[in-house]
Amino acid sequence: MSIALLAGPPGGQGMESLSSHQQRLGALPAVPPALIDSIERSNLRGKGGAGFPVAIKWRSVASQPGGAPVVLANGGEGEPLSRKDRMLMEQRPHLVIDGAMLAAGAVGADEIVLYVGADHVGAIQAMHRAMTERTASERARLRLVSAPVRYVSGEETAAVHFINDGIALPTSIPPRPFEHGIDGRPTLVQNVETLAAVALIARFGDDWYRSLGTGNASGTTLVTVGGAVPQTVLIEIPQGMALADAVNAAGGITSDCDAVLLGGYFGGWVESSTAWGLPLDADALRQLGYSLGCGVVAVLPAGRCGVVETARILAYLAHESARQCGPCTFGLRAISAAAGRVAALTPTPGDLEHIQRWAGVLAGRGACRHPDGAAGLVASALRVFAAEFQLHEHDRRCSVASLAVAAS
Amino acid sequence: MSDRLAIGIDRIKCDGHGVCADLVPEMIELDDWGYPIIRAGAIPPSVLPHARRAVSGCPTLALRLQRVAARR
Ligand SMILES: Cc1cc2nc3c(=O)[nH]c(=O)nc-3n(C[C@H](O)[C@H](O)[C@H](O)COP(=O)(O)O)c2cc1C
Ligand code: SF4
Ligand code: SF4
Repeated sequence: MSIALLAGPPGGQGMESLSSHQQRLGALPAVPPALIDSIERSNLRGKGGAGFPVAIKWRSVASQPGGAPVVLANGGEGEPLSRKDRMLMEQRPHLVIDGAMLAAGAVGADEIVLYVGADHVGAIQAMHRAMTERTASERARLRLVSAPVRYVSGEETAAVHFINDGIALPTSIPPRPFEHGIDGRPTLVQNVETLAAVALIARFGDDWYRSLGTGNASGTTLVTVGGAVPQTVLIEIPQGMALADAVNAAGGITSDCDAVLLGGYFGGWVESSTAWGLPLDADALRQLGYSLGCGVVAVLPAGRCGVVETARILAYLAHESARQCGPCTFGLRAISAAAGRVAALTPTPGDLEHIQRWAGVLAGRGACRHPDGAAGLVASALRVFAAEFQLHEHDRRCSVASLAVAAS
Repeated sequence: MSDRLAIGIDRIKCDGHGVCADLVPEMIELDDWGYPIIRAGAIPPSVLPHARRAVSGCPTLALRLQRVAARR
């Protein structure tokens, strides 16, 4: 299913050349004078995870004092379950560059940094080649920067910190990047998928973009579907499509399944009975208390224990803490250790109660939102896998592991 | 109209000394690792002197008073 960002040559063909891109979509348009208004009407939200309204951010950057702004196209994609940003950059680098150029024009920026996770080698190569296809004057405004392979590298203050000082760790806010970013200038940090959508809205208009969505939802969204499906795939869907339809578009489930991890490591678990009917629309999900995050749909396969998977993710998130803030450093470490013991059927008294309490006091207590993501994941796991957690802690049994033993 | 003030914190600077919780217990308690949990929202006027003392007493200069509306 390829309807907007991925329309054109099939993904297997690799990077779309500039000539194909321009033949298909026309040359990069001059920045329409009312682009920000059009973006606002399109209801475009950031695709990096937080879902912040794009037009509001552009206005803040455009009205900042402090020199010409900079645009930072965020292709860090540290989320282990996501593929969308690297694949978008591999296949449609010119869409990302067009979007960054248009954003730069709209906010008055004269420089664009393309920030790409160093492990996304294909994406780096495609972005580099795409830059060489651009005119000299365009190239002069573009800078490609490889981001260290680390979960927090893609956090916006960490990205700015790395570009300024070579240190990919978050910094305290205020100031936020839109006030004081690259070289101290106002900096617009925008996910690469967000920018690619801008490239289409500027060409075809906000009415067109809105009409791509289902119901009230606007536009399209990239979704990485993984877990109990034939293979991990990237699909582009009309925003608002039911989760079950997206999973079917990815080939359908390959086993029974009790739960879906929606939004990736910063998202949350949802019982499959609820999950199938959920609309994949950032706004609607937020209102329902869920998060689309960066568009990850991971189907938990039968035979995998949600407690064990959650403990594994928490171990990763604790390890990936930048260890600058006490609550994040010690809180995640403690939650991860306790969850690890419960998962391994070796709980110490109070582990479950501690996990619950600690998860409740983590949100909002780091310089960045890393602990918030972990806290949300824990809360959802305790809800969705409540019975399994109890079984692990009180009976020191895992129903899934015992099934596996029974089956062998 | 006087600005309503809240306590802001630089989480990277904070070393968990816990002095603040002693100085303004009305607004700050400590978590299991000794790091402050700050009550959200405006500081009641009667507590403001304590809050000011905590801000100036923090050994890492991690605390500040900020306008409530400025919080995002
Ligand atoms: C720990 C952490 C890691 C993040 N990693 C990424 C990332 O890899 N890519 C990304 O686009 N945004 C990431 N973000 C979100 C960015 O801080 C920022 O909100 C985003 O790039 C803004 O772009 P958008 O509004 O277009 O989504 C991360 C946030 C946090 C807290
Ligand atoms: S909250 Fe965690 S990840 Fe974010 S800056 Fe602080 S220690 Fe680093
Ligand atoms: S006194 Fe300062 S350093 Fe100590 S816990 Fe409070 S805020 Fe942190």
